[in-house]
Amino acid sequence: MQARLYVEVARRTYARISVYRSATVAGIFTNTVFGFLLAYVLLAVYEQRPEVGGFDAVDVVTFTFVAQGMLMVLGMFNDTEIADRISTGDVIVELQRPYDHQAWWAGVSYGKAGYYAIFRGIPPFLAGALVFDLRLPSVQGAVAFVLSVVLAVGVAFGWRYLLQLTAFWLLDVRGANQLGWLAAQFLSGAFVPLVFFPGWLEAIARALPFAAMLQLPVEVWLGRYDGIGLLGVYALQAGWMATLVVAGRCAMARAVRRVVVQGG
Amino acid sequence: MATLGVWRHLVGARIRADWQYRTSFFLFLLSQTVIACLDLAVVAVIFSQVDTLAGWSGIEVALLFGISGVAFGLADITISQVETASRHIKAGSFDLFLLRPLSALVHLSATEFALRRLGRVLQPMVVLIGALLLAPIDWNVERAALVVVSVLSGTLIFGSVWVVTSSISFWTVESQEVANAFTYGGGLATTYPIDLLGTWLRRILTYLLPLAFVAYLPAARLLGRHQPLGLPGVVAWATPLVALASVLVARAVWTLAIRHHRSTGS
Repeated sequence: MQARLYVEVARRTYARISVYRSATVAGIFTNTVFGFLLAYVLLAVYEQRPEVGGFDAVDVVTFTFVAQGMLMVLGMFNDTEIADRISTGDVIVELQRPYDHQAWWAGVSYGKAGYYAIFRGIPPFLAGALVFDLRLPSVQGAVAFVLSVVLAVGVAFGWRYLLQLTAFWLLDVRGANQLGWLAAQFLSGAFVPLVFFPGWLEAIARALPFAAMLQLPVEVWLGRYDGIGLLGVYALQAGWMATLVVAGRCAMARAVRRVVVQGG
Repeated sequence: MATLGVWRHLVGARIRADWQYRTSFFLFLLSQTVIACLDLAVVAVIFSQVDTLAGWSGIEVALLFGISGVAFGLADITISQVETASRHIKAGSFDLFLLRPLSALVHLSATEFALRRLGRVLQPMVVLIGALLLAPIDWNVERAALVVVSVLSGTLIFGSVWVVTSSISFWTVESQEVANAFTYGGGLATTYPIDLLGTWLRRILTYLLPLAFVAYLPAARLLGRHQPLGLPGVVAWATPLVALASVLVARAVWTLAIRHHRSTGS
């Protein structure tokens, strides 16, 4: 069983990124600023109506700050760590080693997620709570949320791995990568909660894997699911994670058979 | 003028280089256009729920979006490259820019020029033209001039914000992300009528970080609205002065930052 190896990868990644303290502070500042701007914009809507799609004003402000805290946990930005190794040809070395390439990088993602959950997830929420009335979950609700985030990180990882594997076919992966994450951010509700979308667009967004990254976990935080409903959310998230992970494995298998890697 | 010639040469070389990887170039151009479109989509989503936001109609917010978007896009294409300074400082390659007989800022922004950022200007330009045609503006010469002046001044203000916030990286290279709060956050804040922001944030954006001058005050004047900050309407014409002041501040900060630069050893 190699599971211990991947746990160790996650642990080391956590230690590696925890060195960059000032980057963390800078990031908290930025997430907080965006949290405030988006919260004020969305609150203006509530001056005219008491609720939107079942969200009241407290829900929507809570949503905004929880979502800002989750962006880094999910890694919803253009990192090209995996793709860089492909572009340089270093991926060959990775593939020759006796571990699973995808599981290794999943370990990296979970290591980062752990660090960012604590140091980037909580502070923007506390800053928001200084000015706004925010909703806190019950103890059970908090546990349910954490579990949902663990699955969401897996879904986001599955998407990240797939996006970066395009480096086997594209020389410069940044454009495709950026497009992929923009779509993910918008359709996951990172800018505006999906309940604000017109009905048809919300239906599309909820049918895609992106809702499982952010919208669903934050709805769990807001206590919108219990019992069977909550199990349904987990099943959907796990389903998307499995689908994306399998798609990533297929893409990798194809790349290994068909593609000539850059040599040096 | 010699500077302009060198800039044109460097930028030309850069465009030819990007053009070699055409698929990537078009994907990147597409993604830049999509960014601009998503910003608009957020506005559209909000207006699918309400008819007015802080008393501004959809078309009036589109006017804000257009002015702010074009100004942001122009600053993005010409000067936002200054944010790569942190990468160059970390790699030790910033020294190169200091050795050449050309302003480090001009050299950096020419070397890192990216034509794909055009995607950021084109879409807001379309929105701006549409909004100018459709919004209830009582046109006269003064208002027509105000449109041009405010877009150009807005570009200078955004550009100054980019330079000032990127200068932080001369003191601490890891804090680059703070700059995003002011540049991209500024872009977001100027897209909406600032009346909807909390009083404290509104004051900061008027008196400290003068982003209210980019789109909000000029648009309020174009639409003949009362200036809700309690300022007289003619204050919209202070925009070029604010832009000039921003540029001077940016210049001073950048000069100070360069002087503070210590190369990395290896």
